[in-house]
Amino acid sequence: MQTADNIKPCYPLFRDDDYKKNLAEKRQQFEEGHAPDKVFETFMWSTTQEYQDLNFKREALTVDPAKACQPLGAVLCATGFHKTLPYVHGSQGCVAYFRSYFNRHFKEPCSCVSDSMTEDAAVFGGQKNMIDGLENAKAIYKPDMIAVSTTCMAEVIGDDLNAFINNTKKAGNIPQEYPVPYAHTPSFVGSHTTGWDNMEEGILRYFTLNNMEGKVVGSNKKVNIVPGFETYLGNYRVIKRMLSEMGVGYTMLSDPSEVFDTPADGEFRMYAGGTTMDEVKDAPNAYTTILLQPTQLEKTKKFVEATWNHEVPKLNIPMGVEWTDEFLMKVSEVTGQPIPASLELERGRCMDLISDSHAWLHGKKFAIYGDPDFVLGMVKVLLEVGAEPTHILSHNATKRWVKIVQKLLDSSPFGVNGKVYAGNDLWHMRSLCFTDKPDFLIGNSYGKYIQRDTRYKGEEFEVPLIRIGFPIFDRHHMHRATTLGYEGMMSVVTQLTNAVLEQLDKETIGMGTTDYNFDLVR
Amino acid sequence: MAKLRQCAIYGKGGIGKSTTTQNLVAALAESGKKVMIVGCDPKADSTRLILHSKAQTTVMHLAAEAGSVEDLELEDVLSVGFGGIKCVESGGPEPGVGCAGRGVITAINFLEEEGAYDEDLDFVFYDVLGDVVCGGFAMPIRENKAQEIYIVCSGEMMAMYAANNIAKGIVKYANSGSVRLAGLICNSRNTDREDELIMALAARLGTTMIHFVPRHNVVQHAEIRRMTCVEYDPSHKQSDEYRALANKINNNTNFVIPTPIEMEELEELLMEFGIMEAEDETIVGKTAAELAAEAAAA
Repeated sequence: MQTADNIKPCYPLFRDDDYKKNLAEKRQQFEEGHAPDKVFETFMWSTTQEYQDLNFKREALTVDPAKACQPLGAVLCATGFHKTLPYVHGSQGCVAYFRSYFNRHFKEPCSCVSDSMTEDAAVFGGQKNMIDGLENAKAIYKPDMIAVSTTCMAEVIGDDLNAFINNTKKAGNIPQEYPVPYAHTPSFVGSHTTGWDNMEEGILRYFTLNNMEGKVVGSNKKVNIVPGFETYLGNYRVIKRMLSEMGVGYTMLSDPSEVFDTPADGEFRMYAGGTTMDEVKDAPNAYTTILLQPTQLEKTKKFVEATWNHEVPKLNIPMGVEWTDEFLMKVSEVTGQPIPASLELERGRCMDLISDSHAWLHGKKFAIYGDPDFVLGMVKVLLEVGAEPTHILSHNATKRWVKIVQKLLDSSPFGVNGKVYAGNDLWHMRSLCFTDKPDFLIGNSYGKYIQRDTRYKGEEFEVPLIRIGFPIFDRHHMHRATTLGYEGMMSVVTQLTNAVLEQLDKETIGMGTTDYNFDLVR
Repeated sequence: MAKLRQCAIYGKGGIGKSTTTQNLVAALAESGKKVMIVGCDPKADSTRLILHSKAQTTVMHLAAEAGSVEDLELEDVLSVGFGGIKCVESGGPEPGVGCAGRGVITAINFLEEEGAYDEDLDFVFYDVLGDVVCGGFAMPIRENKAQEIYIVCSGEMMAMYAANNIAKGIVKYANSGSVRLAGLICNSRNTDREDELIMALAARLGTTMIHFVPRHNVVQHAEIRRMTCVEYDPSHKQSDEYRALANKINNNTNFVIPTPIEMEELEELLMEFGIMEAEDETIVGKTAAELAAEAAAA
């Protein structure tokens, strides 16, 4: 029973006898559930190959999606610009969802507004909401820029952002010259990575499309970096650090690493850091623009190539040693700056770390899911350390991505057992983890349910989750970690190796049975 | 290469937008222009006379079959017909379900992303369903899309009401963007003094009647054969009418922000031309018995 002097949370409270009895009675009297043996039988059936075959025939239903919707990406993108307020034209609930998603991942506030379209706006169109909303948002939150994206509702009724924003300016509710870039981000098309790409393109377009006069490629002697939907704050930092060590000037085109990592010093910062408008306006003058998530940024790439005349280098996400090498060498080639001794040293340490740990990772099987470029990079990392990627899944990837991953798998003997799935969800992944058990599963927090289910079948079936990806809600401070560059490689390999060792400890902890291998030194 | 001109055709349902558009486009193609038609109507009848088909397979139909629009290729949705005219139908749901407006948005976005608006094109015509009921059907007149709007109308009262309403819609977009009214096309219904009436309406709206297309059965004869008149009987005088229209549109530079008129003004115009009787306010709301009693008393 709950008492005031010993307050227990739901666990372990609900394991007390009175609660157990109460819950059992509730189940029996009101829930009309199936008998436990029937439930167990069905559960066991859901772990079979027969069930998997049916599962992969699913057409009209998604179970446990491994992707989010466009405006979520648009909000992250907008947040990375200096004193910019993300503004979502549409219904309020959507925006509450975006905010709580980022709150839970970053453990930070997320400032973002909506213009709260309701029944009347759905009938008459949302222009009135936009006119009032832009004026209010500017007056109350005093941003230097408002970046507008849309929810499904506004998209279905066909609201025209360009016309609405211009009409708001014309009506005098916000000044004519006040920057309001926008992107249409229907949630029922693509995913959060598409939304990020659309918003980025919208912002670059707003500041540069009609201001290309006098712009000369290479004249500001910088490189532009487009991070894409990146939620590891360490990744912004590591890229900036490497470029600084090279003496290369850069513009990070969207950088939320400050605003999602503000200090607790008594002052609330609605805005912090981020790419400035001047930097965006100057971006066409860079040597080139490098995309850190090359398969997820098609619209941005198109714009940068067509309008800025930048030759976007063909690179992969800089995960693993080889692709980091290629990234740095490309930067060096483009800017003429040599790769400094400090980065060579760091690379050497990374190689040392890999050679210390690879024996533990060799031949271990990993299932992976997440955003397309992240998964691609993770496959590269695994192949580099001699681990075997087996089930490789991305819900929001294209057929072209499947070919890219397959080509990578074909390049290594460790890739022979890899199978690539695009457009599949976590319920598919659950089947795969039962019928062809990997040693570990790499993905976001939602993978914990696959771990629970596999464990329920029996300890020997359990697939432990290694949390790398987005979102990570149930472990703290992972968002500050790094996955890119040599630093990211070291961090990821450390996480993987320790997961292997922890699992080994778990299996060898049996007193007098398996503890002959419960070693102090691994 | 001349700049691509994008034109949207609006007008009351059943007025002959699709027939007029296809004949006009056929005439443009005949004169050597490269043209694309984008049908923005779930009925998908905007390209049948060009393609000699019952109804072209639509973007939305193919997208529903393939699972999503991203799985489509441009060649799946684009057909080429008479005179090299490129044809696309956006398509949409059956009446009573879903959202046809969204279909228009999806289809046009798809065409843009897949590069359908290539550099060789001289004209794109959007044939939009009669009643612009939601934002989706205004998609063709968003910024950087159609900048010229032609309204098809006739000397009938409801067609003129519709034309005026469409002009009101255009004003909303014209104030913030570069979309303009480019003229009225009178598709004759053989009503009295029809040409003068439409010219008068055009003048009130701040535009012109760009052409008066007379009524002729040959258009129906051609239509039964799923052909445009221009293709079916090129030497017919009706085909020359469409050529004249095409020529006028080709040379048109009279693009305006329309000045739609109030209902009273429109009614006055109609009365002036004898299309509408003046209302007798004294009889409103009186029953037959009351009127009979009044007549007896008088």
